[in-house]
Amino acid sequence: MNDIADRLAGASTPALAGLEPYAGFAAKTPYLASREEKRSRKLCASLEEAVRKAGLADGMTISFHHAFREGDKTINDVVAALATMGFKNLTLASSSLLSCNAPLIEHIKSGVISRIYTSGMRGKLAEALSHGLMDEPVNIHSHGGRVALIQSGELKIDVAFLGVSTADDFGNANGVSGRSRCGSLGYAMVDAQFAAKVVLLAEEIVPFPNAPASIRHDQVDFVVKVDQIGDPSKISIGAARITSNPRELLIAKFAADVVEHCGFFEQGFSLQTGSGASATAVTRFIENRMRKRGITASFALGGITGSIVDLHKKGLIETIIDTQSFDADAAESLRTSPRHLEVSTNQYASPRGKAAYVDQVDIVVLSALEVDLDFNVNVITGSDGVMRGASGGHSDVAAGANLAIVVAPLIRSRIPTVVRRVNTVVTPGECIGVLVTDHGVAVNPARPEVAERLKAAGLPVLSIEELHERAVSITGEPRPIEYLDKVVGIVRYRDGTVIDVVRQVKG
Amino acid sequence: MTLRRSMLFLPGSNAAMLSTAFVFEADSFMFDLEDAVSLREKDTARLLVYHALKMPAYAKREKVVRINPLSTPFGRLDLEAVVRAGVDVVRLPKTDTAEDVADLETEVERIERACGREVGSTRLMAAIESASGVVNALAIAKASPRIMGIALAGFDYVMDMQTQRGDGTELFYARCAVLHAARAARVDAFDVVFGDVNDEAGFLKEVDLIKRLGFTGKSLINPRQIELLHNAFAPAQEEVDYARRVVAAAAQAEEKGLGVVSLNGKMVDAPVIAMAERVLQRAAASGVRQ
Amino acid sequence: MNIVRDSIAGTLESNDLLVKVSPAQDEGLELHVNSEVIHQFGAQIEAVVRETLSRLGVTNALVLIEDKGALDCSIRARVQAAVLRASDATGIDWEALS
Repeated sequence: MNDIADRLAGASTPALAGLEPYAGFAAKTPYLASREEKRSRKLCASLEEAVRKAGLADGMTISFHHAFREGDKTINDVVAALATMGFKNLTLASSSLLSCNAPLIEHIKSGVISRIYTSGMRGKLAEALSHGLMDEPVNIHSHGGRVALIQSGELKIDVAFLGVSTADDFGNANGVSGRSRCGSLGYAMVDAQFAAKVVLLAEEIVPFPNAPASIRHDQVDFVVKVDQIGDPSKISIGAARITSNPRELLIAKFAADVVEHCGFFEQGFSLQTGSGASATAVTRFIENRMRKRGITASFALGGITGSIVDLHKKGLIETIIDTQSFDADAAESLRTSPRHLEVSTNQYASPRGKAAYVDQVDIVVLSALEVDLDFNVNVITGSDGVMRGASGGHSDVAAGANLAIVVAPLIRSRIPTVVRRVNTVVTPGECIGVLVTDHGVAVNPARPEVAERLKAAGLPVLSIEELHERAVSITGEPRPIEYLDKVVGIVRYRDGTVIDVVRQVKG
Repeated sequence: MTLRRSMLFLPGSNAAMLSTAFVFEADSFMFDLEDAVSLREKDTARLLVYHALKMPAYAKREKVVRINPLSTPFGRLDLEAVVRAGVDVVRLPKTDTAEDVADLETEVERIERACGREVGSTRLMAAIESASGVVNALAIAKASPRIMGIALAGFDYVMDMQTQRGDGTELFYARCAVLHAARAARVDAFDVVFGDVNDEAGFLKEVDLIKRLGFTGKSLINPRQIELLHNAFAPAQEEVDYARRVVAAAAQAEEKGLGVVSLNGKMVDAPVIAMAERVLQRAAASGVRQ
Repeated sequence: MNIVRDSIAGTLESNDLLVKVSPAQDEGLELHVNSEVIHQFGAQIEAVVRETLSRLGVTNALVLIEDKGALDCSIRARVQAAVLRASDATGIDWEALS
């Protein structure tokens, strides 16, 4: 092909203006000239090398997934490395943050991280952020809302650092093989799709082609082998174990009664149960009710627990749609069952995507820290006004589902859960159908047909005002929390709008 | 129809239990000042129960308190506290004779007068926990018009009998004796607690036995047992259907002025009709077995 | 009622409280309340403790409260128990406890 100039000589058409002449098969892909390099071009010897190659600079946005929850070892290690490398003023966009991320406090203080987008926060980090650690308020988003912020262009991820249990040298990766299996990579799949540069931190490099490719090689820029990405045994804290607490079981039983009689419990129904002891326990009580009616569910969605997997194995739930695996049983089922599907949080819940699974859900059972007389739900701030929770998929599935059921004890310690006005609105009351407490059930007045069905079934249906009065008659009237003017958190509704702000607590 | 199927034990020294247990649907709540409370906590448990009894949240519940025996330094103080606080029923442990009940009644009446409570409004319940108690069960059940029921308590009883808890054989005579005494005295009869909360099958087997024997109800140690018990005591759908047909046939016979009631060509006796009416009352109060 | 010795009543379990009563170091009542619900119920807890002490006629004492979200009825019970343990009183005035 050394006659390329001859071939083009004399060809004069405006269509050729600005087009480059051919310069050899590897001119644009030099690695293809080397049998060795074409295979190894993405592999980096160290995280630092990957960071440099990815072109990370001060002021950029870095992202992570939180599929390992309290067992995560990637977020803290990467941020510490970036601090050592001298980066400043970064925006941290982790799909969520937990108690294990307390080491980030020092990197916020030293200016390595200056802005945060997250679904939630817990522990010492949450305490510090609530007490004004950052100049910029934290943006709190839902799982679907995070994808929408990316799709709208507000959240531009420059470099995504994604921990995976196995990857091949090209970057085909998953979370269901290898040692530290978190199961679904639903969050990471979004970052792999949208980030400008994608760095995989792989615990094991396996022979090509790795399958399944939850993250695909056409999305990945660099692959780094690391010792451990996370401890899967710490994923399920508080989520998977079936409670033996009689009050939580009582709430779960009421909730199962509501599921049975709400009008959507019929052949082929679909459901999601959130994390939290009572919400998880509902699954246990639903089994007999499904058998009694002789019905099966078409699919279960969400964060998936072992109790959902159990119903799937028994043939009562046809398909599991899994964006986050809450325990080892869920991860194992994702690996082995052909009807246990891994989906990105974009497919799961983005209101800006072309369709979301949450829109197809009939019944969802969700937890709450506070619920107010308008059925608004707070899952982010505690009764003391300090941030200690996560927005999660709460507002996403509440918006999409035909009926959102919220479960909570009426009183925690001495604190009423049903209040006049929630400290922070995360999910608007217009999306909530039923509140289930250990003292009875309240139905949103906007859903009179549901109230009628539940009353007909003999459930203890009260007004939400009655539940509130009952709580206060037992605990006394709590004093409102005193806040300073400074805003420490902005609660973004799933469509990107601002639904509330969190102010710094006094004292 | 007042049901007394479930009597839920609440340890008197456990503030969290006392502050939350009213959400459970037990027919009676039994605050325990005796075996569930250590010697050094007797005084504060007594005060916790004293104030818990007055909580509005328990207002509509039947409240029973198991006091310490009057022979201990705690019994009279327990009684003073709970009668003043408005307890519905005082449960006397280790009742061996009718005199034990009489002694209790004398004390209760004194306190009722002292605090201005209507004399006679405090009901009594005797727990039978020994061979003597079982032998004297009828006299105990008839010892006072305040007695609303008698209960068998298994642990001390089997010790006294020099045996141990097993498949129920060891309680066979005591159950029957206490039950007969209660029925003869027209008071309620309560069975022993079932200790292993996680053994649902074993619990249901025992519940089935005592229900068929004819017990009114059973003492429970965990709220998780309530629904299992209530469901087991609820009449089955076939029983309810049959009872409806019997009652309908009886009504029809009465309408036609017939002296004899018959269903499907067979004569129905008066006791069968009475039983059918009870089944329907129970179904109305507790639902149909699931 | 005279406080003549140190006493403790209650536990640090959730929904309960620990009450420590000691003879006063100076004249008068010294009360310290610590609670996990202090922001919402601190004033209410203090009012209940003071009322309970006043009905028992306790005017000189050091009282420390470590509260874990107890309801008022448990607060009354634990304070009364601690005072009765710390006092030189024989017999109980039930009217003062109601």
